[in-house]
Amino acid sequence: MSATHADPRPHPESVTGFVADTITFSNVDGPGNRFVVFLQGCNFDCVACHNPQTIPLAQGDHFRTSVAEILERIRPAEPFLGGITVSGGEATLQLDFVEALFTAVKADPQLSRLTCFVDSNGSLDDAGWQRLRPVMDGAMIDLKCFDDEIHRSMTGQSNADVLHSIEMLAGWGVLDEVRLLILHGVNDSASLLRRTGEWLASVDPAMRVKVIGFRAHGARPHQPPLVEPTVGELTTAAANLQVAALNLCIV
Amino acid sequence: MHELQERARTLVQDPALSYDQKLRRLAALATEALPYPELSPACQEALEKRVICDMYEGHAPFTARYILPDYEKAIRRGLTYLEMPAPTNLDDALAFLLVMYANVPSVTTYPVYLGDLDKVLEPFVTDEITDDDLDTRLRRFWISIDRMFPDAFVHLDLGPHDSRITRSVFRVERSLRQSVPNITLKVDPVVTPDDLVEDGVRTVFETGKPHFVNHPMMVGDHGEHYAAVSCYNSLKIGGGAHTLVRLNLKEAALRHDGTADEFLTSTLPRFVELTAELAEARVRSLVEGQHFYDTHWLAQEGLIDIHRFSAMFGIFGLAECVNLLMQHDGHDGRYGHDDITNAFAVRLVEHVADLVSVRPLPYCDGGGGFAYLHSQSGIDLDHDVTAGTRIPVGDEPDLLAHLTTCAPHHQLFASGVSDIFHVDETAVRNPQAMVDIIRGAFRQGMRDFTFNLDSNEFVRITGYLVRKSDLASIAATGSARHSSDHLAAGAEHNFHLTQRAVKRIGCHERDPR
Ligand code: SF4
Repeated sequence: MSATHADPRPHPESVTGFVADTITFSNVDGPGNRFVVFLQGCNFDCVACHNPQTIPLAQGDHFRTSVAEILERIRPAEPFLGGITVSGGEATLQLDFVEALFTAVKADPQLSRLTCFVDSNGSLDDAGWQRLRPVMDGAMIDLKCFDDEIHRSMTGQSNADVLHSIEMLAGWGVLDEVRLLILHGVNDSASLLRRTGEWLASVDPAMRVKVIGFRAHGARPHQPPLVEPTVGELTTAAANLQVAALNLCIV
Repeated sequence: MHELQERARTLVQDPALSYDQKLRRLAALATEALPYPELSPACQEALEKRVICDMYEGHAPFTARYILPDYEKAIRRGLTYLEMPAPTNLDDALAFLLVMYANVPSVTTYPVYLGDLDKVLEPFVTDEITDDDLDTRLRRFWISIDRMFPDAFVHLDLGPHDSRITRSVFRVERSLRQSVPNITLKVDPVVTPDDLVEDGVRTVFETGKPHFVNHPMMVGDHGEHYAAVSCYNSLKIGGGAHTLVRLNLKEAALRHDGTADEFLTSTLPRFVELTAELAEARVRSLVEGQHFYDTHWLAQEGLIDIHRFSAMFGIFGLAECVNLLMQHDGHDGRYGHDDITNAFAVRLVEHVADLVSVRPLPYCDGGGGFAYLHSQSGIDLDHDVTAGTRIPVGDEPDLLAHLTTCAPHHQLFASGVSDIFHVDETAVRNPQAMVDIIRGAFRQGMRDFTFNLDSNEFVRITGYLVRKSDLASIAATGSARHSSDHLAAGAEHNFHLTQRAVKRIGCHERDPR
């Protein structure tokens, strides 16, 4: 696949992005054993973010990594992998890079077997998802809160795009799971969770939803301090969320 | 003689040993009153210094070490010696097997192989038998096995095809969570479905079993009729291993002065030959002295055949050996962490394999006239030496580096390697991740391995499983129901195995003391 004059886009392997880190084996970033690329920079500013160092957008050449370099890191691990996942930060802010990486993986004789997943905060617009659609096998979307007001207070942004992304990806059959981070006393009231569950079930009655308890480790200090939910509180949250056949899993 | 008396007295008076355990140890001790099979002075010295090791099987072996009776044949034909007609239904078949197990000899006195249970029982699982019926019966059978043969080296095999029996075994395993029997799942990339491997993985999360073997690779070495037994020794069904001798590569390296390359051409061949000499002496003693195969009913009824046996040639302490030799050469890389050291380790093992493959041994038709090479996982007396070809406890690199360090060795060990890899609790929510790793490991030419989960109630010691609660109770009371628990308590003490970062391989072995 060499670039022709008719195609002004650069060769996918030469595209570069700001890569904060990679891990060779992960069993918590999508189905099976996955290679994960953490991209630097996020458009949200979540109070509960446990990777706040990945929020600032990268500048200059720090973090700059080419798709070709990432492919070389994946190669030795390939036999043991089910796929790769791009995460962050917010991976979709570097859409060119993600698209190029997935395209390159799918064009590579050794790597084409691997599935390509995106782990996202869901803020990407339709046009962006449309660009990824041909090369993306699945997406995991974080839903910080179903209530827009609370969502804004938690992330600094509206959740309208997030809800839209969830609906659209589910419609395409590529929504692997929705993750719901539980911040006790902030986004876990019974009525809110019930509404959330009903909405998720209306999108996909059997949707897989991961209920994740906030963990202070890595998160920035906050006033008043954010508390980790107890197992009991998480179980209650899951019970309030449970609607129809929603496939809930507590982490 | 006086020493023998002292040892016998200590044994019979040991409050921590059960009646059966005393009986077995006394029998082994008694053979030590006999002269050792004749060895050259060099061989004798290497044995005394424990550079080479006979697994403390006594001076006059009177049973083969690993016996794999052909249970499929037995159940089809019935048993003359035991007056058991061929069973015609599942209940009779299960009773038949328990009777047969109780009559299969081994150095531990407990059978090390219980059959490829899915194939053995397949004819009896008719459509009228529901899954619940099957679970109830297998559950009862499982409890009987654990209570009658309380030894973690008791082992059975399943797969590579999916079957109702295999599924039921996994359900029963998860509900009973016993350490006995140990289990191997044969995996064929083509015929074994992902969801069966995943069912196996879910069972690993509960009980530390099954062990996974690369079926096509095993078939390539042993033919269709093979099984993994005891602590992951892969051998021929209807055959087995007369004996297991092993070479301590660390001790060999300590006796070498010169370069690493010279080790391969001088010291190593010398010790390989002494190990083979020891094997030959013990095989002859068993076959020509004690006439095991002429006299045992399993041989007389055609359920084992001496032509399907060989000897096992084990090596261990590879890590210390190559680290020492590299140091001599002025290179300070560590096995598992350094490409040059890892590459030398592969060369060394290839060299052992070459030497073993041209050293003929009598009565070893099972291996084409040669011993089977085995990465031997250690016994509870081993101090400061790492089992088999493994990376030392606590020094294991990340899982990918661990897999790629170990993988090149696997094809060389026809009778098993069984590395043990440790996984953390997050894997429980994503069993498919383990399936990916298993499939990848086989794709990379690995032969067999086990996973252990960090938080598991079960812990693998040198390879066999014990329950943490049983270990704690030995520490508290000094006594154990499972004979292998004693080995575990010793190994645990010597290695701090329960604290390691990544898990280990399998083994058997009677505590010689
Ligand atoms: S969206 Fe994710 S990476 Fe971005 S700030 Fe929120 S938690 Fe952190």
